[in-house]
Amino acid sequence: MAKQIDHQIVADLVANQIDFVTSVPCKQLAGVLELLDQNNKILHVPSNKEDEGMGLCAGAYMGGMRPCIVMQNTALGVVVNTLATLIQFYQIPLPMLISYRGEVGEPVACQVEMALHTKAILDQLHIPTYHFHHPEQIGEFSAILRHTQMSKKPVAILTDASFWSAAT
Amino acid sequence: MIRNDILKSLIPVITDQLVICNIGAPSQELFSLDDQPSNFYMLGTMGLSSSIGLGLALAQDKPVISIDGDGSVLTNLATLSTIANNVRDNFILLIIDNGSYGSTGDQPTYAGRKTSLSAVARACGCENVVECAAADTADALKAALAAHEMTIIVAKCESGNVTVPVIEMNPILIRERFMDQVARPEKQSN
Repeated sequence: MAKQIDHQIVADLVANQIDFVTSVPCKQLAGVLELLDQNNKILHVPSNKEDEGMGLCAGAYMGGMRPCIVMQNTALGVVVNTLATLIQFYQIPLPMLISYRGEVGEPVACQVEMALHTKAILDQLHIPTYHFHHPEQIGEFSAILRHTQMSKKPVAILTDASFWSAAT
Repeated sequence: MIRNDILKSLIPVITDQLVICNIGAPSQELFSLDDQPSNFYMLGTMGLSSSIGLGLALAQDKPVISIDGDGSVLTNLATLSTIANNVRDNFILLIIDNGSYGSTGDQPTYAGRKTSLSAVARACGCENVVECAAADTADALKAALAAHEMTIIVAKCESGNVTVPVIEMNPILIRERFMDQVARPEKQSN
């Protein structure tokens, strides 16, 4: 069941002309994904793996749409090459709405392993990164989406367990 | 016939079409045969030609031809399920299947052994799958464009490359001139 925060995230995407979203699911993002499927202003094309999804996003961008990818932080272990050689090399603006698994509140120990590498990978790739820990930080989301278009870069929005559990 | 022979035979068919071309030898050979602003050359990122092409086809109405290879499709095999489940009749995936990783020294792929990419595509749910001999590729592509139905073509050919230079064009230029072609109004056909 989608929460108010999920409604606000999707409304911000629409308000910033994001009209193409691909995703690989995460439990924390289930509400957003549910709303994406209901929204007729956004074409939601689920992908099987995040590098495939970034390929779809690159194509959609060249076709005149504004893409976004919704994914889990573990996928950063999958997409390093695609980020460097496709999204960054060809300067494609790509907001990445990322569930930041493995932070405080995480029930699955294995998720902590990739959480430890998440910001290091993003730093190494020089990807602008915004970490949402409190629900009110969602107020910055629209500006981050505009910043992504302006800079023509991949941009990471990390949303952790505290953010999701405190959100209404 | 090797890949370069197929590409040469395709030029009259694809020269004015939006083409997403696979990394390495395929892009280099196409660039040498017939560089066009309507060609998007992948300079990196093995496996994503079909995904970029599908995304482009979903975003706009002009025909899109993704030229891919058997090795690259194998590295992103799930793309065939995404294609099957997101049908766009302006999308054609042409897999040039020479049973080898051409850009890296012609090492054999599994598609050259027991794995049939056309059978995989059908199993994924792709409805129009055509397997053809190398010499019939241009006709198969013309037929797919005329049918205006999403089509997967698997063109079987021999392994081998020709010696052509690496593409030195700036990636931003490749993308921007390609996007200009995508945005250009379609020619009126009388």
